Amino acid sequence: MNNLLTISGSPHVHTDESIKKIMFSVVYAMVPAMLVSVYFFGLDAVRVIGISVIACVLVEYLIQKYLIKGDVTINDGSAIVTGVLLAFNVPANLPTWIIVVGAIISIGVAKMAFGGIGKNPFNPALVGRVFLLISFPAQMTSWPLPKPLFAQTVTDTITGATPLGLLKEGQMAGKTIEQIMADPNMPDYIQRMIGFQTGSLGEMSALALFLGALFMFFRKVITWQIPISYLLSSFIFAGIFWMIDPTHYADPFFHLITGGLMLGIFYMATDMVSSPMTPKGQIVFGIGCGLLTMIIRLWGAYPEGVSFAILIMNAFAPLINKVFKPTKFGL
Amino acid sequence: MVLSTFKIGGVHPPENKFSSGAAIQPLPIPGRVFVPITQHLGAPAKVMVNRGDEVKTGQLLAKSSGFISANIHSPATGKVFRIEEAIDQSGYKRMAVIIDTTEDVWAEGIDTSPDIIREISMSREEIIQRINDMGIVGLGGATFPTHVKMMVPDGKHAEYLIINGVECEPYLTSDHRLMLENGEEMLIGTAILMKALGVKKAMVGIEANKPDAIGHITKLAAKFQGITVHALKVKYPQGGEKQLIKALTGKEVPSGKLPIETGCVVDNVGTAFAVYEAVQKNKPLIERVVTITGKAVKTPSNFRVRIGTPIQHLIEHAGGLPENLGKLIGGGPMMGKALVSPEAPIVKGSSGILLMPVEEARRTIVKNCIRCSRCVSVCPMGLEPYLLAQYSRLEMWENAEKERIMDCIECGSCHYICPSGRPLLDYIRLGKANVGKIIRTRGKI
Repeated sequence: MNNLLTISGSPHVHTDESIKKIMFSVVYAMVPAMLVSVYFFGLDAVRVIGISVIACVLVEYLIQKYLIKGDVTINDGSAIVTGVLLAFNVPANLPTWIIVVGAIISIGVAKMAFGGIGKNPFNPALVGRVFLLISFPAQMTSWPLPKPLFAQTVTDTITGATPLGLLKEGQMAGKTIEQIMADPNMPDYIQRMIGFQTGSLGEMSALALFLGALFMFFRKVITWQIPISYLLSSFIFAGIFWMIDPTHYADPFFHLITGGLMLGIFYMATDMVSSPMTPKGQIVFGIGCGLLTMIIRLWGAYPEGVSFAILIMNAFAPLINKVFKPTKFGL
Repeated sequence: MVLSTFKIGGVHPPENKFSSGAAIQPLPIPGRVFVPITQHLGAPAKVMVNRGDEVKTGQLLAKSSGFISANIHSPATGKVFRIEEAIDQSGYKRMAVIIDTTEDVWAEGIDTSPDIIREISMSREEIIQRINDMGIVGLGGATFPTHVKMMVPDGKHAEYLIINGVECEPYLTSDHRLMLENGEEMLIGTAILMKALGVKKAMVGIEANKPDAIGHITKLAAKFQGITVHALKVKYPQGGEKQLIKALTGKEVPSGKLPIETGCVVDNVGTAFAVYEAVQKNKPLIERVVTITGKAVKTPSNFRVRIGTPIQHLIEHAGGLPENLGKLIGGGPMMGKALVSPEAPIVKGSSGILLMPVEEARRTIVKNCIRCSRCVSVCPMGLEPYLLAQYSRLEMWENAEKERIMDCIECGSCHYICPSGRPLLDYIRLGKANVGKIIRTRGKI
């Protein structure tokens, strides 16, 4: 026997799951949505995603190497996830320097300032997105119209409002839902499902997002609690008001597949670090997200409420952890 | 068919039952055996022999020294070389009777014939006395003296005897082989235990990854009154007493209470077999089935081993000490203990010896908790391991107690599943030790 025996407490076997594998599963899950965004926005999408990922990884590297002077953990993939999510939350024509600012806020402020991976109370990509939205409202709300790859008819400079933006504007102007939906810029259901809608990079195709979510579900990266409770609560809440007054409130399907709701449900609210720890708490968290999203969408000044809703619920996560405990054995 | 199982948590580590096809072979008695006088839960036994004494196989070496204690018998014939401290599986030196062995001669009155004695002639009291005399302890690993379990406390009522043939630990196959090769004796032992407890019903729980054992025992059990066999879904830690009771009866042992609260008494299949030998054959507990296995072992085997046999003797008979041995484990990979030395002897509680190659011996580098909540979802007791570990790390013992740290059964599922490789159970053990100390001092004030 050439080696000394290792002594350690049980268990002596370990799952081959790791942070890196989990994070890269999330990255793979976002590939369909990335491809859709490249299809509609071409090189602009590549630019935004590329800059965002590189900036996020670089910011993490520089902070760990030169500020903290500790271990560099950029290869665990978490900065890449933040980078892609940040890119998914901004318009395709956002200037590069604004993306870099977003990355610095996401990684530097929302993640590293709290102690790095696992310690951030808020979803870093959402913090970055909301920071940009408040700081650069003009740039963050001028969305280029989607044009399928190699389509010649539309030029790069044309921008338009998102379906939710059209809805909010229309409501402000006192139009009925019927009139708003008749707007030529408003995409129909099929278009919205597949991705012919104006919006941030990752909000394009509900279908692509759903595909990725299925992958994450089968890879056990996400569990059903948060997505299902978020989805049902927002759907039911929107549905109730639509049934009360369909001339002033859009139907629940409209809400479900427009804007950032799908992205939020499957990729943002499910962020492990900033969501509650117990299954019961996760359901409460999801319901809270759903209600807040719809309250902001229906009556808020902003057309979209997903980011705010999730960030607000992130703040409640520690409290939810305290109140909603798992079912204990023998009690 | 929907297989029953426990409801909360659980994991499914790779089974790696390499030795499940290897028939039980008697291991030759080594030249020297080391018989520790503490092989059970409770007080050490009192040594009854002197240095230089000639002893026969099955002769009493050390006598039970209290209510919770157990007799220890000589596992071999020979001369007492020394009575001194020797290294045991804990890594400490503890008092042991060391015997230089000669040719195997059994003490009088022990039936060593292979005939199966089916008729149970003893009364309830006689059975319990015999179990006590023969030094039978729980062979599942906890080594709680079996006669104590048979005495149901006043005011409590035993309804079911549960026989644990789950063997949910990866790698281990000793119970599996025992059920296949000594199934009938094991069932007679079960019937004896039922008589001792005064219960009408016994349930044998076996995980579905052992279909041959399920079939065999089901067939045999048809001849026995009141014994049923139940196939269980493969899930760790189903062999845990509380989880097994839940899986078979749907009842939950209340927090901080004993299984008898649910009317259940749980015994391992190995214990049932030992009870058969003690009661029907007058044979003390001096040997047991031990699996020697692992990725580093040339021929994973199941041996019938005399107590006190040094582990290296088993290793030699399983293909020798591997070059790449990195870790030696007494028990299974989930709950077994890392051993300091292959010189330590096999004791009553040793169900297996696991040899791990160097590549698997080391833990991964500990990363930050990413709050994935997997530890919460796999905890079979419904605890929050991340939180308990955190409280222990910060020495917040009162909070840890409130979060029911003492309910932890130390199954290791949380550490197993953690993608950050955090040693959650290490912290929780530390917390349990401290909280336990606080609870004990509180009782004294």
